[in-house]
Amino acid sequence: MIQALKELIKYRDLFYMLTLRDIRIRYKQAVMGFLWAIFMPIVAVAAGILIKQAMASVSGHSVEVLGIVSISVKVLPWTFFISSIRFAVQSLVGNSNLVTKIYFPRAVLPLASIAACLFDLAISSVVLIVILCFVHLGVSIYILWTPVILIFLILFTTGLGLALAAANLFFRDIKYVVEIILMFGIFFTPVFYDADTFGRFRTFMLLNPMGSILEAFNHVIVLKQAPDLHWLIYAGVTSVVIFCIGMLIFHSKEQLFAENI
Amino acid sequence: MLKIFEIIMSNAVEFHEVWKKFKKGEKFDSLRDSIPNFFKNLIHKNRSLPLSGQEFWAVKNVNFDIPKGSVVGIMGPNGAGKSTILKLLSRIMNPTKGQMTMNGRLSALIEVTAGFHPELTGRENVYLNGTILGMKSKEIDRKFDEIVAFSEVEDFIDTPVKHYSSGMYSRLGFSVAAHMDPEILIVDEVLSVGDIAFQSKCAQKMRELLGCGATILLVSHQISLIQSLCKRVILLHHGELIKDGPTDEVIPYYQNITFKKNEEDFKHKVKTEQGKVKVKQDLLIEITSVTMYSKDLRPKEEFAVGEDFEIKIDYNAKQEILDPIIIIDIIRSDSVLCCSLNSKESPTALGKISGQASIKVIFQDFNLAPGIYLVKVAFWEKDMIHPYVVHSNDVMRITAGQKNTVTNAIFLPKVDWLVGPSCPALTVVRHSRESGNPKQN
Repeated sequence: MIQALKELIKYRDLFYMLTLRDIRIRYKQAVMGFLWAIFMPIVAVAAGILIKQAMASVSGHSVEVLGIVSISVKVLPWTFFISSIRFAVQSLVGNSNLVTKIYFPRAVLPLASIAACLFDLAISSVVLIVILCFVHLGVSIYILWTPVILIFLILFTTGLGLALAAANLFFRDIKYVVEIILMFGIFFTPVFYDADTFGRFRTFMLLNPMGSILEAFNHVIVLKQAPDLHWLIYAGVTSVVIFCIGMLIFHSKEQLFAENI
Repeated sequence: MLKIFEIIMSNAVEFHEVWKKFKKGEKFDSLRDSIPNFFKNLIHKNRSLPLSGQEFWAVKNVNFDIPKGSVVGIMGPNGAGKSTILKLLSRIMNPTKGQMTMNGRLSALIEVTAGFHPELTGRENVYLNGTILGMKSKEIDRKFDEIVAFSEVEDFIDTPVKHYSSGMYSRLGFSVAAHMDPEILIVDEVLSVGDIAFQSKCAQKMRELLGCGATILLVSHQISLIQSLCKRVILLHHGELIKDGPTDEVIPYYQNITFKKNEEDFKHKVKTEQGKVKVKQDLLIEITSVTMYSKDLRPKEEFAVGEDFEIKIDYNAKQEILDPIIIIDIIRSDSVLCCSLNSKESPTALGKISGQASIKVIFQDFNLAPGIYLVKVAFWEKDMIHPYVVHSNDVMRITAGQKNTVTNAIFLPKVDWLVGPSCPALTVVRHSRESGNPKQN
């Protein structure tokens, strides 16, 4: 695996170029251009507000601004996660002409498509930061946790993306399974609501690493508290493990890609 | 460790008993089959299991070493395993069995446009394709102007390549690939890009690469190209290495293989056509067989250029026929009529024929070029109004022997070349040969 990583580093220029390609072709000949990067989060936030409103009118509470802010903060990592997985799953099969004809470490393809999604996350984060300034959310010292949580998010997404990309190459069923899970995943993950809402079942929500990652984002950015360290460590360990497993699966099957695609 | 070091020092490429297995038909395994297979493989850990079902060997036990700095041609008819070997070399696939050692930065002039994305501009694609082929961004920065100038698409470099003509597309691809500094270069029939001027530029570039000491593996069907660039040729057939040696020695083997294949195809075609014309019944005369003999009276189908031979026609005339005319046509596999003999020209008339008998025709100085020929024998009525019978399912093959002659010409005359400052005889000789009558000389 060390060798695989070394080779990836050797091909970093290719990684950079492929990321650039993925970003460019996504916005070429699109009139709205980079606005598309924030379109999906906006729709997701709108849906979240609607659900919050519905829940509020049932329980008799009014919708708090903080609740909406919390949804917008959690929607961004979530959209990054689902679009990364979606693009990564297709990255090998969609570039079959490269996979069958030219040698390079194949991991570059899913990695580049995830990096392109990271670029979208950056754009939408900038927009979100501007909005949050207007809302006068303010910051605390705990916001310094954000990069750490972000690294966990990226590791988790990458590991899962690599494993699923390789699996989809052998069994095209994977992309349908993934599509279904991603579509309904938002209901099983604390994006539109907080894990605490569920009381006793909170643990089940947080066992999903995405759940604990999103909750940690919410804690350090919106609630201005220290993250729940136990669950953060849990998220960190699972992310690293998933990343390693993903790399290992990908690397061990890499040589069979060209003839099985 | 020391041994490995030695290998690396001397050879750029080393193939040691390399085997590669492929599967025919649809590759898709259902989950139901593949899960047990997965566990089976885990237990056995042996990838060289015997062939099962649809599997076949695309490369069988191939061994060769290529020393650094040499230029080697790889030849073989279609399906010989050339592309598989190239894919193994470029590490796109791994061999099923055997060992491959490679030393040096490898680049392949195969599918030079595979890395292009149609939506991106020429400039963006140069960078993208360059890095896909293994270059560094800085390296491309340095060579960018050279690459663009070479490809002759300067004016369109900022246009998306989807608007390019196919020629511009492949020229740009080729020039990106050609501007790498590989230590091992694999070339697969890409020198046929662009117009004549561009092709000569490509050839020039190839020669430059040859000059700077790169190891080159050239795959081509073009014998003349292989002859002009390679000193050594590896010949493959049905996945096996048949011959490995100096170019002039190996090329005749290659020609024989392709001839043999042509011959089989041709025989098959002749046979299927024969089947169609089985309408005429009640023939007055039947040709029972047409046999070709060499000078020493052995029946055979394969002759060297210029070899004397005989054709024996066995027939069975059910009635008495007066003065039939026999016509023997020799037709090349691409339907060119190469020679036609008419028994009318023979000084001895056939007279009446009846019953079973045979006729023999002796051919001398028959200098047909190497190729596959159909021998068509027909008995015509004496006034040439209709044929009694036509027999055309005998194929003969003329081979180049060890002489290395590649030609599309019909025949190879025997000539003498007289070279001198003012040689009067030269013109005379040439004249007499062109008129096709060597006896004048």
